[in-house]
Amino acid sequence: MSIKVLIPTPLQKLTHDKATVDCSGTTVAELLESLESNCPGIKGRLCDDQGELRRFVNFYVNSEDIRFLDGINTALTDGDEVSIIPAIAGG
Amino acid sequence: MTQAATRPTSVPPQSSATFRALKCKECSTEYELKAMHVCEYCFGPLEVAYDYDQLRRTVTRETIAAGPHSIWRYRPFLPVETNTPIDVGTGMTPLVQAKRLARRLGLKNLYIKNDAVNMPTLSFKDRVVSVALTRAQELGFTTVSCASTGNLANSTAAIAAHAGLECCVFIPADLEAAKIMGTLIYNPTVMAVKGNYDQVNRLCSEVANTHGWGFVNINLRPYYSEGSKTLGFEVAEQLGWQLPDHIVAPLASGSLFTKIYKGFREFVEVGLVEDKPVRFSGAQAEGCSPIAQAFREERDFINPVKPSTIAKSLAIGNPADGVYAIDIARKTNGNIESVTDAEIIDGIKLLAETEGIFTETAGGTTIAVLQKLVAAGKINPDETTVVYITGNGLKTQEAIQGYIGEPFTIEPKLDSFERAFERAQTLDRLEWQQVSI
Repeated sequence: MSIKVLIPTPLQKLTHDKATVDCSGTTVAELLESLESNCPGIKGRLCDDQGELRRFVNFYVNSEDIRFLDGINTALTDGDEVSIIPAIAGG
Repeated sequence: MTQAATRPTSVPPQSSATFRALKCKECSTEYELKAMHVCEYCFGPLEVAYDYDQLRRTVTRETIAAGPHSIWRYRPFLPVETNTPIDVGTGMTPLVQAKRLARRLGLKNLYIKNDAVNMPTLSFKDRVVSVALTRAQELGFTTVSCASTGNLANSTAAIAAHAGLECCVFIPADLEAAKIMGTLIYNPTVMAVKGNYDQVNRLCSEVANTHGWGFVNINLRPYYSEGSKTLGFEVAEQLGWQLPDHIVAPLASGSLFTKIYKGFREFVEVGLVEDKPVRFSGAQAEGCSPIAQAFREERDFINPVKPSTIAKSLAIGNPADGVYAIDIARKTNGNIESVTDAEIIDGIKLLAETEGIFTETAGGTTIAVLQKLVAAGKINPDETTVVYITGNGLKTQEAIQGYIGEPFTIEPKLDSFERAFERAQTLDRLEWQQVSI
């Protein structure tokens, strides 16, 4: 099972400058573990000490914010695309 | 269109520069002054840090008053190094004492900060874009871009044209016609994205990662957002170098609100105004009110929403600075309220009929929230209250179509005029005249 994860610039030092990483997992939570084993240290950037996603991190599964889905328990299937995007201001 | 091949580099500030680093608002980690907006450690937003001791030594009311009649009179408080920033006459918009609106609402000291007539594109966005594009040039960008609900696109395209920068803007495809036309006229590349603003923003984050462009509200955001402080500075200066008691401002991403606050605090910090409590109240449209909901429910996190409101310039369902806006409203004893689309239209009409100011839906939202706060006793009639009107009504004409009168079509004859004029004295009109003071 392969999930494509889009990595934002601030985290690309942990992915050897790669903008995408292929991971596995049946949920976003599992994907985070897979990402951590591929790119050690990345989970600590995305999650706080309690393991919750930091409040300025946005996760999208196939372009939908996971807060409109099942949050960290959102189910993933083969071929899904996950984007990690920092919060942005503007208007 | 030629794309920027130049990768931006960090530029060490010259000795006259008053800003010294980018600093994470969450964990205080500091970074060089380059094009970046997010902390690498905690993902928190980065903000420009200044040398306030230097500002205290060098800036006085007199040095500011001797500066240009634009936002650049406050240049030491803005994150640019050059002495010749892009100055298209942005800022120093009127602070109008709104006596008729005040009487209608039962207030005594009401002012409108009227950025509906800001230059060159008739919204407060010209402030942030003037700063962002000046900084973009300093960082070596040749192409600038933005994700926009309309006003930012107008401003970025216009000021990029003036500065000779390549420009590519991204907007939701369903924007008001005037906002699209008011961008296209400057001949940038316009991408109308089939989706809402939050989706446009997400796409732009991905583009910003790969194209090496200066996105004013993404990788240039720490510099860009500082431009909004000038709305705080100008009000303080225009009130005779003092702070108001209460401000009411619209909330989209929450950035403007937090920067007006930062502007007031900086003036206190360097001794330009006396310290005093200022209450901060925010306005949202009910169809997109994630910040108002979180405030009401006493949460310190935002649940994003899918926007559905005529106030498209406020339709950000995932507001990046929402938590900071809530924090400021709470600690200043202010409020955050939301109003319906019908109330927004009434707000636009009320401001026009009482003060002669034609604002867009965001301004209608702010006026309607002002009314709601007054009705709930949440604004003291004696408070010096400043309402921020941030955009122009000519850009959102669709919103009021069908809600305003129509002209009387007459023959070019005196009796035709007399008959029509009699008809014009309708009950509606008379009722309005009776209640008006």
